[in-house]
Order: sequence, then structure tokens, then C-alpha cells
Amino acid sequence: MNFIFSLFILTGIIVAAVNGKIDVITTAAMTSAGNAVQRAITLISIVSLWLGIARVAEESGLIDILSRLIAPLFRWLFPSIPKGHPALGCILMNLSANMLGFGNAATPFGLKAMQELQRLNDKPDTATEAMCTFLAINTSSVTIVPATLIALRASAGSKNPSEIMGAVLFATTCSTIAAILGDIVIRNICRKGR
Amino acid sequence: MTAEMLGQGFSWFIPGLIFIVFLYGHLKGVRIFEVFVEGAQEGFMMAVKLIPYLIGIYVAIGIFRESGAIDILVTLLSPILKVIKAPTDALLLLIVRSLSGPAALSLTMEIFDTHGPDSFIGRLASTMLGSSDTTFYIIAVYFSSVGVRKTRYAIPLGLLADFASFAASVYIVRKIFL
Repeated sequence: MNFIFSLFILTGIIVAAVNGKIDVITTAAMTSAGNAVQRAITLISIVSLWLGIARVAEESGLIDILSRLIAPLFRWLFPSIPKGHPALGCILMNLSANMLGFGNAATPFGLKAMQELQRLNDKPDTATEAMCTFLAINTSSVTIVPATLIALRASAGSKNPSEIMGAVLFATTCSTIAAILGDIVIRNICRKGR
Repeated sequence: MTAEMLGQGFSWFIPGLIFIVFLYGHLKGVRIFEVFVEGAQEGFMMAVKLIPYLIGIYVAIGIFRESGAIDILVTLLSPILKVIKAPTDALLLLIVRSLSGPAALSLTMEIFDTHGPDSFIGRLASTMLGSSDTTFYIIAVYFSSVGVRKTRYAIPLGLLADFASFAASVYIVRKIFL
């Protein structure tokens, strides 16, 4: 993370200097910082709302029911998470929100899932296998209904805005399979290396 | 299925979800309001703690994008494009997609405006946008929210998935629409 962070900033500044548009950097830095805070403000409302609702679902036992349903699949994907652990419920909620195309609702559950996974972590500064698996599946995002995308295509005047749904489903399935297979391969290599 | 019907289905989903959660909670005798506030408080703290990380990530990506460093990366990678027969705009989108959601969205809109949403590149951009996510952003935010600094193989793995979705998009759009 530290490496990528400085790589982005240093290369950016050098490239701007070489291109003779060094003034862009100051504006970019300021605007981006402003955008980040704006984004965070929206996040506050959404995260608070959804974690409030999630807590009600948790307290009533609804999340337990859901996680028991999906348990067999998750035990295969996340062998290191104990049965019935709250992390499983959060991961489930995050992935289902993602699948339905609700990116905003997915983030709170994702952050909560990371917190729960962190509790199972012996070395708090290092990612666990379960975290890597979770993020791989999350970022490869199985999207069943890309709602924003269809709206965007419609507004751009597409004759058939939802015609790409089949293609999206195919591509997203491929990437999720690649993520899961890649995860299994890398995980085994890492274990042998130790 | 039309987009309108889909939109209707969506407008029912969230209210329905909230209804079920609150009804079930009520039936189970949960002190709903207190429990809700508890959860919301936790969410609030989580979001506030995230602000400094968001600033760092946004600034790094903003500088990288505005300086033109992204364009150089695209030029460097363009030989690969010739092999898989994809347009340059698609590669730019591939890179932007993993860095910034809003930027990827605006790039896609630009592609729609220039080439039309029903052109090859328009459909390809749609498929790419729908089948991948802002990998760098998500990994950075999720890990920093819990204080994990050594991300191990999470980033290469995320990029592998991104590339798989890109390759699959090019393949399937050529197959279906050409």
C-alpha cells in the first residue's frame, strides 16, 4: 500500500513536470481532497443507515438464518472462518448487495465484514487469507442486474439499453471464476513457501 | 425485459428489504429503535474514521490521473491491445475502472457521446463497466479501515480478476454483436 501510494504521487508529479503542466498537480490534489470529503459525507449517511438496519436484522436473528443457508458454499470459500461467525453474515450481505447492483448498500456490509475478519486475525497489520478471498470476490463483482449501467445507456439514447446484460453476466462470471481459482492457486503457493 | 420494468423491480427491492427486517425484528421482540441507533452509531464512527484514508487515496489517484501519467501507461500497454484486437479507449477504461468509479463512469459517458451506446466500443465499454469494480479503491479503503498495512497478494489477485473480465468482455461482445 505504501509503495503504491508513493508510486502514484511521485510518478504523477514527475510526469506533470516533464509535460510542463506542473500547475495541474496543486489543483488536482486540492480538488481530490475535497471530493474525498464529499464522498465521505455521503458515506456517513449511507453507512449509518444501513448498519442501523443491519443491526436490527442481526439482533432479530435474520442474518443467522441467511448465513446458515449459504454456509456450505462459504465453508468451501473461507475455510478459516469458524461456523456461525458474524463475518459470514456480513460477507453475504455485501456480496448480495453487489450482485443486485447496489454499490452504496454494499460498502457498509463490506467494511463491517473486514472488521469481523480482523478479529480473527493473529497479525493485525497483515491481511489474512479470508480477507484476500473476500476482496477478490468483491472486486470481481458478480453483477446480475447492472442498474446504473442500463440507466446510463438509456440516457445516452441506446435503442436497447439492456441488451448488454447477457454479455455483462458472462464477463462478470468469468472474472469471479478467475478470482476464485487465482485465490486457490496463490493460497497454496503461499502455504508451500512457508 | 425493458429497463423500465427493471427499474420498477428495483424501486420495490429496498423498501421490501427494510419492511421485512423491521417486521421480523418487531415479531421477535427486538427494541428496534434503540438497536437501530446503536448500529447507526457504529456506522457513523466507521465512516468518520475513514475520511483521512479517503483523502489520501483520492489525492494519489487524482494526481496520477490529471498529470497524464495514466495516458503514458496506456501508450506503454497499447502493444497488448493489438494482440487482443481491442480499441485504445477500452484499455484506458480498463485502467481507469480499477482506480476510480466516477472517472470510469464519466469516461464511459464520453465514449457513448462520441461513438454512441450501440457501437462496438459503446457496448464493450458497457460490458466492462458492468462486469468489474474499482479494485484499487476498494482494496485500499477496506484494508485501511481495519489498519491492515501488508496486503499480501490481494492487489495482484484483484488485477487478475479485472483483466479476466476485460478479456471476457472483448471476447463476448465480439461474439454476440459483431
